[in-house]
Amino acid sequence: MSTPINKTLQSRRRFLENISRAAGGAALFGIGLGLYSQQSKSLPSDAIRPPGVANETDFLSTCIRCGLCVRDCPYDTLKLSKLGESVALGTPYFDARDIPCEMCEDIPCVKACPTGALDPELTNIDDARMGLAVLIDQEACIAFQGLRCEVCYNVCPVRDKAISINRSHNARTGKHALFIPVVHSSDCTGCGKCEHACILEEAAIKVLPAKLAKGELGRHYRLGWEEKRKAGKSLVTPDLEHKYNLPEGTDYDYEGEGLVQPELTPFNESAIDRLNKGRL
Amino acid sequence: MAAKNIQKTLGQEAIEQKGWLLAHKWLLLRRLSQLSILFLFLLGPLFGLWLVKGNMSSSLILDVLPLSDPFVFLQILFTGHLPELTVITGAIIVSLFYFLVGGRVYCSWVCPINIVTDIADWVRRVLNIKTSLSFSRMGRYGLLAVSLLLASITGILVWELVNPVTMIQRELVFGMGFSWLFIVGIFILDAFVSRRAWCGHLCPMGAFYSVLGKFSLIKVNALNRADCDDCMDCFAVCPEPQVIKPALKGKGTPIINSGNCTNCGRCIDVCAKDVFTIKHKFISSNLLTSQDEVHL
Repeated sequence: MSTPINKTLQSRRRFLENISRAAGGAALFGIGLGLYSQQSKSLPSDAIRPPGVANETDFLSTCIRCGLCVRDCPYDTLKLSKLGESVALGTPYFDARDIPCEMCEDIPCVKACPTGALDPELTNIDDARMGLAVLIDQEACIAFQGLRCEVCYNVCPVRDKAISINRSHNARTGKHALFIPVVHSSDCTGCGKCEHACILEEAAIKVLPAKLAKGELGRHYRLGWEEKRKAGKSLVTPDLEHKYNLPEGTDYDYEGEGLVQPELTPFNESAIDRLNKGRL
Repeated sequence: MAAKNIQKTLGQEAIEQKGWLLAHKWLLLRRLSQLSILFLFLLGPLFGLWLVKGNMSSSLILDVLPLSDPFVFLQILFTGHLPELTVITGAIIVSLFYFLVGGRVYCSWVCPINIVTDIADWVRRVLNIKTSLSFSRMGRYGLLAVSLLLASITGILVWELVNPVTMIQRELVFGMGFSWLFIVGIFILDAFVSRRAWCGHLCPMGAFYSVLGKFSLIKVNALNRADCDDCMDCFAVCPEPQVIKPALKGKGTPIINSGNCTNCGRCIDVCAKDVFTIKHKFISSNLLTSQDEVHL
């Protein structure tokens, strides 16, 4: 017997059942997906983002994965991550050893981005910070063996600022110099041309995410000489010159005679010694 | 009805009545639309002709007109970021279009995955596969909520890390990774596990477009429902058969008002009695009153 009331009850029950089944399934799936997403937030260290990405989380929140930056890159540097790759699915990146960023002056990739995931306020490519080059293997880099190379230094688009050559003594030969490339984070854009050009089988200089490559001084820490330079004077109160509270007309003899009265003391030492002590 | 094998005879009467071509008119038009859109995206990478750049998540048409997927755009908003004007413009244009012609027109006339799931359903019919497992049709709304909620909790586009729809569309245009596994997976799911599981039950993108097109102007209607001879072909072919019943068998409006209707027009194709038409909804309701009175 199915009265209309029974029928309503039945359909209501079916509806509730349906809803709770859907909600339960979706919630369970959501938890799994949420946990998985935390893992995808970190960019693998060999992948470099295009210019204009300040922070990976912000990037993953606005990148719509349309690939317009990839299409407008004149050097085919950028590619979209495919399923199976460890970069967050569908997002643009490049592999510096493969094709580095050529640092176009008009930054077409940033201009192409419809969402602002690549920051439109980046108008000077020298301000880009895609990563930071690190001379990561000093054992393999031939400059450390005393050989002349400097390829990374010479290909650097910000040469002498982002990479400079520091000379130091070659202890092995005892008479030559080492020409050591040194990266400066103040000017390195992370374009990866150095990593691309490194002559070794496996590059000794690599572009890493800045977070991996950079250390940071304790926030309370100040370098005295820097502070002094900024202030134009020493910020520490200078020591007052020490004064003995001696009776008038007396002096203190450093060599153990104790208090002396210079005027009364006869010349009992050589004139040169006396001059060295600063007395007449 | 039990004697008739609906799987085998589906649409046959319509073919006899109208000819094969007219009995597949809407299906052919849809395939043409889906493949042309995909082809337009491929013109650039294959032949260097950049009429359309990007992919279906966001694109630039003829280097001027931005178009963006409003569902992915909505996820960006839920992360708490206000993106640039270009993508906002693109999303508004696309939203307006689907708001007018029907949200799930995206599913049946644009999305290439619909081709996969339609073929899966055809295989299911031809091989007479019957499985009892069914997902809730509310599941997609659950996943829609999950995708937006996770975006706001984590601050990143979590659904886009796994979204099979944008993934497959993107890799078709930008080079295939392993997303073909998802094509195969969705096919197996729909053909051998549960009928119309992906597009009709699980896809949150479809759910989003259902909501977007709820009040669209263009709707399928059962204007000539008095002619219905209960052959059930429309129910068998429809990807969302629950939307037909109120319009065809109910006493109210013959317009299929559910946002879940994809405006695919297959019911029009398979009906030998020309019960269904696709019209804008105001004309239909005027016609209805006079006609219904005659038949009643």
